[in-house]
Amino acid sequence: MGPEVKRPEDDSVIVTAQGRVIRLADLQRSLRRPRTLFSFLLTTLVTLMTLAALVPLFAVLYMLVVRGGRRLSVELFTSLPPVGLEQGGGIGNAIIGTVIMVALAALISVPFGILGAVFLAEFGPETRLAQAVRFCAKVLTGFPSILAGVFAYGAVVLLTGGFSAVAGGVALSILMLPTVMLTAEESIRMVPAKMREAAIGMGATPTQVAWHVLLPTARPGLLTGVMLAVARAAGETAPLLFTALGSNYWPIANGQPRLMQPTASLAVVIYNFSSQPYENQRELAWAAALVLVVLVLTTNLAGQFLSPKAGQR
Amino acid sequence: MKPVSNPVEAPKDAEPPMTTVPERQSVSRPPSARERHSDRIFRVLTHCFAWFTVLVVAYIVVTITLQAWPAMREYGVGFVTGETWDPNTGEYGIRPEIWGTLYSSLLALLLGTLFGVSIALFLSEGLLAGFVFRVLALFRVQFHPFWGSLPDKLEGLLNNLVQLLAAIPSVVYGLWGIFVLIPLIRPACNAIHEAVGDWIPLFGTPLSGPGLLPAALVLAVMILPTIAAISRDALVAVPPKLREAAYGLGATRWETILSVLLPTASSGIFGSIILGFGRALGETMALAMLVGGQHTLSWSLFSPADTLAALLANHFPMAQQAEIPRLMYAALVLLVITLLVNVVGVLILRRGQARFEGGR
Repeated sequence: MGPEVKRPEDDSVIVTAQGRVIRLADLQRSLRRPRTLFSFLLTTLVTLMTLAALVPLFAVLYMLVVRGGRRLSVELFTSLPPVGLEQGGGIGNAIIGTVIMVALAALISVPFGILGAVFLAEFGPETRLAQAVRFCAKVLTGFPSILAGVFAYGAVVLLTGGFSAVAGGVALSILMLPTVMLTAEESIRMVPAKMREAAIGMGATPTQVAWHVLLPTARPGLLTGVMLAVARAAGETAPLLFTALGSNYWPIANGQPRLMQPTASLAVVIYNFSSQPYENQRELAWAAALVLVVLVLTTNLAGQFLSPKAGQR
Repeated sequence: MKPVSNPVEAPKDAEPPMTTVPERQSVSRPPSARERHSDRIFRVLTHCFAWFTVLVVAYIVVTITLQAWPAMREYGVGFVTGETWDPNTGEYGIRPEIWGTLYSSLLALLLGTLFGVSIALFLSEGLLAGFVFRVLALFRVQFHPFWGSLPDKLEGLLNNLVQLLAAIPSVVYGLWGIFVLIPLIRPACNAIHEAVGDWIPLFGTPLSGPGLLPAALVLAVMILPTIAAISRDALVAVPPKLREAAYGLGATRWETILSVLLPTASSGIFGSIILGFGRALGETMALAMLVGGQHTLSWSLFSPADTLAALLANHFPMAQQAEIPRLMYAALVLLVITLLVNVVGVLILRRGQARFEGGR
């Protein structure tokens, strides 16, 4: 294709059927005409605004690397947070606490989300219940995260009599449920009808179709939904503030996770340390933010990489 | 090949294969009784799990209402309209919080919409790809196997970058706001206050640290991806015919955008704005860290304020038993506001989609 493209002069003239010669340059509008100028100016404005909107992203990432990177060491991952004027310290317990609570939340929301999605996509897609469920899930997507915390406080903390990792997990699971359910429904619907019909033709029950055909085929989409939900839950602070509270101790004692005790999490550590007057704690807050962002972005990108849409692009 | 698997060929053979092959060698068979039972159980199970979602929403509303009930009986509507929060006199009101929530969200929405719709247009018009293509054309490599794919790749990268803005946790934005944004904008804000603060109430107080403006700025960054993504989908969904017809009539790019594309995609864009508003209302951490947490009612952009979510975040962790019903009442107010906004947003988006699907 090389030679033709390299001589654009040949392309710039069109000879019409009537024999008139039109130069392509004549079809371009001069910038001196007000309409064209207006169009050009707005295009420039939109371009500048798009670039400006990306400034915070790079500013945040830059600050995280510069200020958080200073404290990256083995100590950060293996030791407990400092108290008061104590120097050094790390956020090991918060990392483990975050993992425990997100795992708990996934344990609750993934089965409910995926089986609910099987109902939505396969067993009763047009029923009134399905429409109500979809509506509720969409409303839950825009649900303020702090209200999930308020709910878990009322439903778990007041009931069991104390702040705990379980309460934090319940609060996070409410935020994960709609993401898991809606993406799972979409990916189950994307399974080709042929495959389902073939299975039905073999005499499989709807349950067998769901377990042996739909769910395995839709697995990449299901994983994407779960990863995106996990990424969101890991970064949430508000629902954990008064459900898991925070702690200066390890969430695992004698090899057993202490699920009914207050538990530290990365996000809450960042929040608490950011308001403290000590430079050591502030540095740790930046380091914790770096760890959290790396964790969240990796999960997020992994989820997008797995998604069935990624292959088409 | 097994003869059973191709019944069309069967009559050509001299002997009918269906009778010679035992029935059980075929994979297909009717479900056994056990399978039918487990099928029934599984279906009922998924049915229950679907119900669970509806019940969770109902349970959330009921739990919060029940916990708030003592405070609702004690303070009534005065709680929503009252201006003071004073444990000494026993006066409690959350009007400053409601005001702060709406004011900061609307400010953020204004900025977020401007930038979000701009990004949506930038992406849906393929301006970046067009620009890169022209730069490549300068070097005559626009159809090169590697360079030629660059415009599309950069377009995808930009799309992902915008979505990454949403992936960064809000507490990290809060941290950035405290240590980077506030020191950065403080001199400029105070200069504006000195210059025109006496006449314009918007700049009536100096920015002494946390305040409405930094909170609203960070909030705008956080809702921008929501608005950009949904608006872009709405713009891309506009049938290409309409755009081509406008170009054919001699309209410039922006005449097409302003008079054809934006009006056609308006319900999608409007829905995205409402959903962004819902997010802004419920956003907690960035506000709890940046807004200052003071019960003040002020028009000033630079004055510290408080929002409902920030009130909950700041008071709940150390709440006494007596304080909980009041906080639950505040949570209920927030719940009602956000539920209303979200339901309206979902309904608008649904109506917009229905119109599009019908129009094609």
